[in-house]
Amino acid sequence: MAKPKLGLYWAASCGGCEIAVLDIHEKILDVAAAFDIVFWPVALDFKYSDVRAMEDKSIDLCLFNGSIRNSENAEIAHMMRAKSKVLVAFGSCALEGGIPGLANLTTKDAIWNYVYKESPSTVTKNGGTYPQTHSMMPEGSIDIPEMWETVKSLDQVVDVDYYVPGCPPQPEQIWGVIEYILSGKPLPAKGAVLGATDKTCCDECLRERKEKKLKKFFRPFEIQTDPNECLLDQGIVCMGPATRSGCGALCTKANVPCRGCYGPPPNVTDQGAKMVSALSSIIDAQDPQEIESILDQIVDPMGTFYRFSLAHSILRRVEKS
Amino acid sequence: MAFEPKIIGFLCNWCSYTGADLAGVSRIKSAPNVRIIRTMCSGRVDPAFILKAFQLGADGVIVMGCHLGDCHYQEGNYKTIRRLPFLRRLVKGFGIDPRRLRLEWVSASEGDKFALLVNEMTEEIRSLGPLKLSVHHEIQQPVAHH
Ligand code: SF4
Ligand code: SF4
Ligand code: FES
Repeated sequence: MAKPKLGLYWAASCGGCEIAVLDIHEKILDVAAAFDIVFWPVALDFKYSDVRAMEDKSIDLCLFNGSIRNSENAEIAHMMRAKSKVLVAFGSCALEGGIPGLANLTTKDAIWNYVYKESPSTVTKNGGTYPQTHSMMPEGSIDIPEMWETVKSLDQVVDVDYYVPGCPPQPEQIWGVIEYILSGKPLPAKGAVLGATDKTCCDECLRERKEKKLKKFFRPFEIQTDPNECLLDQGIVCMGPATRSGCGALCTKANVPCRGCYGPPPNVTDQGAKMVSALSSIIDAQDPQEIESILDQIVDPMGTFYRFSLAHSILRRVEKS
Repeated sequence: MAFEPKIIGFLCNWCSYTGADLAGVSRIKSAPNVRIIRTMCSGRVDPAFILKAFQLGADGVIVMGCHLGDCHYQEGNYKTIRRLPFLRRLVKGFGIDPRRLRLEWVSASEGDKFALLVNEMTEEIRSLGPLKLSVHHEIQQPVAHH
């Protein structure tokens, strides 16, 4: 019997998800033995035209990482959707925009203005130029993809079958998902989150939690934290309560608060809204002015609560004024 | 056509909704712009409900609950008193004028206060104009759950 076909793609991403796949170490050989890898730009020399020439639904499994940030990302997302039986949004960027989604805090114009004109390391002639999607050269015309105003998650652009969260997904979880698919067991219901659990990061965290009452918040560099106590109890904003478990509360083991990379847990659509409720229940104040002064200590709530999920949050982007 | 503000009002069952009812039976006139959603307590208003209201086209949101000390569930509105200012910051972070989100205490006997607040909020939102968000054009369906 012919081996099932596997495709991997990176759209707007850092490459960390690709490394995470390789971090399954020698099991990558099992993957290569079990699948016929037909597309993997980071590792193998296939061209878009090779995939375009395939029949629709001829790729059995596609692990798609990266958010959709430009016209090329979108074009390949549509192509991989058409060619794949099972399309998996792999990693935070594909799931919910990820770090690139933080660009939704500002505008394309502001980003370009900084990058191509104002940044101290940019040397400009005639006030600077922006990249042109289409330009004529003596040798012919050159076309490059168009950057979008708003970063999107994969499922805001094409239909997605499954989701594997994490920035990046943890290697043991990746292997678990691949093993499951290879086992030939019936696939889970469409839309399922694989390689994670249905609880919150706090449920996996080994730190001891007490009744919380906070009058003061700290940034991690401001205090020496107790290694065994819940970081939130100590006044460090930890995204644990608003984050899906699956990583083993990895960051908290390294004395760093959870940043929320596994995305919202089941029945939570918006990590920011969830953090507002979670923190509001533990702030120890009833006087409006005191409340405001405590809230002042929570630095950069947008960037903290939506570090990975802004593009997939309820409001998706900051409104340009 | 003249702009008519769409305002969502989350009113707690025990005080504010009864207050609104009193305004009705007392035939106090007030603006028809607030669509009321009854919740058991102001503390039941999940911040996500409010963001969702803006996502689905509300121009403003007003939350009304029992006066402090009067919450039917003792503590509910003490959560609300922290949540709303926090959420107002978040909403501002999204580029939405925080005046579009308001918290008020209305008891069961304050039908007149209810009517006054509704009129005030309606005029405030009218002067702010319609809330335009890019998400309004993007969603055909509500945000996917997973
Ligand atoms: S808030 Fe953070 S440190 Fe505390 S239990 Fe949850 S994940 Fe652990
Ligand atoms: S602790 Fe939080 S930020 Fe760290 S890996 Fe886990 S989910 Fe991601
Ligand atoms: S019951 Fe009215 S605020 Fe809690």
